Amino acid sequence: MTVDAIITADVLDVPSSPVRTVRRRRFASWRLAYMLLLPSLLGLAAFTYLPVLRVAIDALHVTPHGAGGATRFVGLENFARVLGDAAFRQAALNNLIYAVGTVGPSVVLALLFALAVRRSTRFNAVVRTILFFPSLVPLVAAASLFFFIFLPGVGLLDYYLAKLGVSGPNWIGDTDVALWSIVGLTVWKNAGYYMLFYIAGLQNVPRDHIEAATVDGANAMQRLWYVILPALRPTTAFVITIALIHMLTAVDHVVVLTKGGPSNATNLLLFYIFQEAHENFDTGKAAAATVISVAVLLLVSLGSLRGMEAGSRREA
Amino acid sequence: MRLDRHAGPALLAALVAAVAFVWVTPFLWTLVAAFRHESAGSAGMASLLPDFTPTLANFRLALESGEFGLYYVNTIIVVVGVLGVQLVTISLAGYAFARLEFPGRDVLFYVFLVQLMLVPAVLIVPNLRTTVDLGLYDTLAGVMAPYFASAFGTFLMRQTFRGIPRDFEEAAAIDGAPWWAIVWHVLLPMARPGLIAFAIVSVTAHWNEFLWPLMVINDPANHTLTIGLATFTKGAEGAKEWGVLAAGTLLVMAPLAVVFVAFQRRFVDSFVFSGIKG
Repeated sequence: MTVDAIITADVLDVPSSPVRTVRRRRFASWRLAYMLLLPSLLGLAAFTYLPVLRVAIDALHVTPHGAGGATRFVGLENFARVLGDAAFRQAALNNLIYAVGTVGPSVVLALLFALAVRRSTRFNAVVRTILFFPSLVPLVAAASLFFFIFLPGVGLLDYYLAKLGVSGPNWIGDTDVALWSIVGLTVWKNAGYYMLFYIAGLQNVPRDHIEAATVDGANAMQRLWYVILPALRPTTAFVITIALIHMLTAVDHVVVLTKGGPSNATNLLLFYIFQEAHENFDTGKAAAATVISVAVLLLVSLGSLRGMEAGSRREA
Repeated sequence: MRLDRHAGPALLAALVAAVAFVWVTPFLWTLVAAFRHESAGSAGMASLLPDFTPTLANFRLALESGEFGLYYVNTIIVVVGVLGVQLVTISLAGYAFARLEFPGRDVLFYVFLVQLMLVPAVLIVPNLRTTVDLGLYDTLAGVMAPYFASAFGTFLMRQTFRGIPRDFEEAAAIDGAPWWAIVWHVLLPMARPGLIAFAIVSVTAHWNEFLWPLMVINDPANHTLTIGLATFTKGAEGAKEWGVLAAGTLLVMAPLAVVFVAFQRRFVDSFVFSGIKG
């Protein structure tokens, strides 16, 4: 969840606040500054910057698995192999469906939840806790629980559906359904987390704007659409960003529940990378797929960064 | 008219309660199934009604088949180790960004910012190679190492320090206190809300982390709770021991859940604070 660190409007405008410094102490001050930053910079270099460089280089080479294999330069061959791999194309397509299918409902539900429980009553406090709680448990634990929930016949879902006279599909065994079951699990897990940001955002919507709209005869729907939603635009931009990043960085449930199956129906990019690296020991392919994934991640981040800047300007 | 005014909120409350019930169902089932006798059989396992005398048999079986004691210790080592180092690195870097002026400050700030986008999770492949090169493969230190520097924590501390009036430090500086004494005795005590918020987010993230430890750790003696649970799930699933599966999952979730229920406000505030104030 370090993802949550994502840039907020606050961080974006790097304030150049005038720091009072005595001129002759300036040299000592900047030597000290670099000394203090050194531990963090070493960590960032070793596990953020160099890895990006390294994976880009690895993507251009092939190292045969096992002893004695010599690494050789192969140009873009790894990329060609990855893009030519039906499993990769499937994973990329799945990831897109998964992202759209999860982010949309999660964000809408988060907003509705926040609107429903924003007032601090005892009842609402309990409901908030319940809705938020899934985001605290490990994704692996959620997957373990859903393994039983999705179990054909005797599982929680089928058991209660049967009482209603409905017979469910094979939730994680049917190629047409499995990805949507993963989507459902993820919506359940994340919506309450995004709700928190909407609750906080709602507190910043000016009361008098809503009241003015009410006086002008706007009904609840109109107030939501013309007053509340526009005011929440920065929150929405932020929530969509972290939600999209979650889509590319969390596959624990796929590892535990489906292993990408049946027949790649639930394979996602990061799981594909994990498989190539950890199970097929194809470092070239894993590296090339990582480069592609990093590129997508940067596009998402930069795109929403611009969206957020635009959003905060509009509010200013 | 009068009916409308009362029916609306009542309907909404009923709807909200229904959604909340759906949301809590998986956990209700876990609780019920974990304490249910195995003799209840597989057919009625999904029932949410606790129509039995509770038993601890499932927990005993879970503890026997998985080495949860070991997993707890390993997880606590990772979580405490990561947090301990992070608190030092983010306090130092946060202080530098908040209070010192030096050439390249804005550039370095952006250098940190990039880590927020390049989430370590996507870099598991190159990071694994680095971990091997550093001789940290299959060690708990290898699980921790990528998180020692935290851009997010640095921003949080920078913001927190900037919110503290300079008068306190200036008074201490006039008394001749060196920078580290000012940080330790003046700034950090006042930055406690920020530190606690960061600690909660960090501990939750690393308690729950799975894929990276799975890549780095091979030796079962180094397994963390999430890896243990994944292995354990496979076993329970094969044996169709759903009660044991529920008990094992509960064992993994329980510590954070208990802390969360005890300090709910703090948790929620921390997560919002971490996102909104950055």
